[in-house]
Amino acid sequence: MTPTLLAALTAARAAKKPVVLATRLDDGTQALLAEDGTHGASLPEALVHQALAALADDESRTVEHEGVRWFLHAHNPPQRLVIVGAVHVAQALVPMALPLGFGITVIDPRRAFATADRFPGVTVSSDWPDEAMDALGPDRRTAIVTLTHDPKLDDPALDRALKSDAYYIGALGSRKTHAARLARLTALGHGPASLARIRGPVGLAIEATTAPEIALSILAEIVAVRRGAALVAQVAGAAA
Amino acid sequence: MSDMMTGAEDILGLATSWATGGERVAIATVVETWGSSPRPAGSQMAVSEAGRMAGSVSGGCIEGAVADAAKAVMESGAPQLLSFGVTNERAWEVGLACGGKVSVFVERLG
Repeated sequence: MTPTLLAALTAARAAKKPVVLATRLDDGTQALLAEDGTHGASLPEALVHQALAALADDESRTVEHEGVRWFLHAHNPPQRLVIVGAVHVAQALVPMALPLGFGITVIDPRRAFATADRFPGVTVSSDWPDEAMDALGPDRRTAIVTLTHDPKLDDPALDRALKSDAYYIGALGSRKTHAARLARLTALGHGPASLARIRGPVGLAIEATTAPEIALSILAEIVAVRRGAALVAQVAGAAA
Repeated sequence: MSDMMTGAEDILGLATSWATGGERVAIATVVETWGSSPRPAGSQMAVSEAGRMAGSVSGGCIEGAVADAAKAVMESGAPQLLSFGVTNERAWEVGLACGGKVSVFVERLG
């Protein structure tokens, strides 16, 4: 990779811009497809389309164009994890989620909880959850977990989550708590199909008890949903 | 390594920081897999002149051979496309014991 291309790739990744590095496998010719155009070699139109498809699928792949094989390396920004509630479980969740590659935001308007020293290395917001969620704009590469147990904080976050394309929405709380929550969200206008997107009680059923165990069950469920694992696909199908 | 990836498996970022530090660095990328190969396309392994290694392109079966190729690539600057198939247990060849096949592109960084 030339220093110029490496610099462009590094800058795009630091700015969290999606890019594709295309490499011609027979001679090493490379091009970087970015929002502001193509750096390096010029790319045939057909390959540009395939590169954009690789980004959309979040999957790097080798394709053939006029008898030549090209590797399309999709560099998407990190998937995002939004945690509502700067509580003990969140403190366990953050250090376990970082190595999984998530860009993490912790939201809690209670300033005593939402401090940078409780959550080193991640973004902490002390805005109200609905405002914070509006600012973040969750998309289909975002997972959202509410942990406060407080309807004043969890409900507005879940309302915004359900109006977004977030691929995972989890809410901490017992079955009883969750039933009451669903009733409140129904009153806010969310129908059964929408509410079925919320995973509550949150996490895989591994009898998690301690904060790190609960964090593990939540992250395992997020990975399972992200990868389309059979165990959670079944649950989603049954709920829909 | 960039801040956004703190803690995550950012092999390219790590390799870039080695190169910025003045070392020659090669990066190997899985570009194609067949069958049960353990690491998906896009997986990377970095090798430095001083012998530092990070990441992986298989379950540990072919990393040694890839590191050897990486040394040659960082010397010459010419990229290589390597292919590995199934290990023949009776021969001392490098391959994937799991029965998969994998192509790995090795290039010098910067």
